[in-house]
Amino acid sequence: MLIKRPDAIPPSEITPQPIYARRREFIKAAAAGTILSATVGCSEDTSSAQDTGRQKLANVAKSRFSAIEEPTEYKHVTLYNNYYEFGTDKSDPALYAGRLRTQPWTVSVEGECLKPRTFGIEEFLKHPLEERVYRLRCVEAWSMVIPWVGFELNAILKQVEPTGNAKYVEFVTALQPETMHGVHSPVLDWPYVEGLRMDEAMHPLTILAVGIFGEALPNQNGAPVRLVVPWKYGFKSGKSIVKIRLVEKQPATAWEKASSSEYGFYSNVNPDVDHPRWTQKTERRIPEFFSRRPTLMFNGYGDQVSGLYTGMDLKKYF
Amino acid sequence: MQPSRTWISALKATLFVVALVPFARLAVSAVWFPDALGANPAEFITRSLGDWCLRFLLITLAVTPLRRMTGWSWLLRLRRMLGLFAFFYAVVHFTSYIAFDHVFDAVAILKDIVKRPFITVGFTVLLLLIPLAVTSTNAMVRRLGAQNWRALHRLVYPIAALGVLHYWWMVKRDVTEPAIYAGILAILLGYRLLAYLREMRMLRWSRAAGGPSINDPSRLT
Repeated sequence: MLIKRPDAIPPSEITPQPIYARRREFIKAAAAGTILSATVGCSEDTSSAQDTGRQKLANVAKSRFSAIEEPTEYKHVTLYNNYYEFGTDKSDPALYAGRLRTQPWTVSVEGECLKPRTFGIEEFLKHPLEERVYRLRCVEAWSMVIPWVGFELNAILKQVEPTGNAKYVEFVTALQPETMHGVHSPVLDWPYVEGLRMDEAMHPLTILAVGIFGEALPNQNGAPVRLVVPWKYGFKSGKSIVKIRLVEKQPATAWEKASSSEYGFYSNVNPDVDHPRWTQKTERRIPEFFSRRPTLMFNGYGDQVSGLYTGMDLKKYF
Repeated sequence: MQPSRTWISALKATLFVVALVPFARLAVSAVWFPDALGANPAEFITRSLGDWCLRFLLITLAVTPLRRMTGWSWLLRLRRMLGLFAFFYAVVHFTSYIAFDHVFDAVAILKDIVKRPFITVGFTVLLLLIPLAVTSTNAMVRRLGAQNWRALHRLVYPIAALGVLHYWWMVKRDVTEPAIYAGILAILLGYRLLAYLREMRMLRWSRAAGGPSINDPSRLT
């Protein structure tokens, strides 16, 4: 079969285009999705997600931790999302997340620490920002390359001075029943909670992201601030974080609660541990047709993070 | 209502074209407008084709209840084509899976079929549809005899149930859509069960009354 794909975009074009271009693509994709999928109740609400302007972030430094890979196109990164609070279809977040209220926004950092405090989102945006081009591997066996903008989570954790009891970090994400129609069905236990071990949270690869492609995060990507842990499956990187709790016991996380035989607490990218229903050996890089790209241990970040798991049976602690 | 031969032919030709539209749209998009299929066009194509297979199975199963309720016996003339389209979409659904997910790697495909229950079930559906497609011609109906043919084609009930199960086990978490298919299938099969029970009861009554026996309940298909 001859499959024609658009040419890879040159790096000069990674910078997003004016908003009208995005709107056109968005409507085209939404219309195509509606007609082609012919699913029930796939209504179009093209206004909500699109009226939010795109906000450039200033003084973003490059990072040595960036992958030398071509980022996935902006439209794919922003139109193909899992954000179940806004619906379980990949196109739902782009359609409905525009309703999310992101102002005012605070993140409370609390629990086992000496100086708990609440950060306003403005403080995060004033923090020295870096661009981190990371591979993102979804547990559903697709992957992207995303130029995140953010800073290391450890910068925040150090400020609150964790106590010796802080063994884990729990991330609580936003729960806005009035703007999130998805939380009215018990698909997951809301609010969406994620967790990391303390050393994972302190690792320099673990960031709080406030932007993509040099701009503030679109709502469907987890505005205004989200976690990004590049060596773990995507669902570990919680979106729209409101609370960071330092805790002694391993947090009960949303997907683990939903199906512990399929989604473990660690959920490190691991080609040797299959999901019970599909293989994790290969992945499909969005938007490629054929899924034959081998998945790398720790999503290719093994040199940096394998030391965190020395002596651990990763088939048991998957 | 008993439409003319010409009318039936026109209806069949229209149905044929309409039933090909979902496939044609996907094929045209894949070749010329992959962007219209979203960020993961391969997944979109495979899932759409699977959806259409299930839809044609359910539409095929809706023919008998509709015919009985409306008295439109000509609906039966469309059933074979509907069933064959269910088979067609099963074949192209499977083809897109082996092409996009495994790039025709036979070993990987066999491993997948054996190891993953939802794929085992889906593959079973495809295999079970083959004898039904093969025996769909008038000549085959004559060769098998109407009784045997009907018995064989009752396979469509477990096929449809397995098809819904395949979908149910495939979804990650939100089973709303498979539940809708399951609900429609339950109505379609429930209708048959009720009709069957009613006929059995009438058969008993007519026997008890010593009257002539009514139609053989096995004519229910």
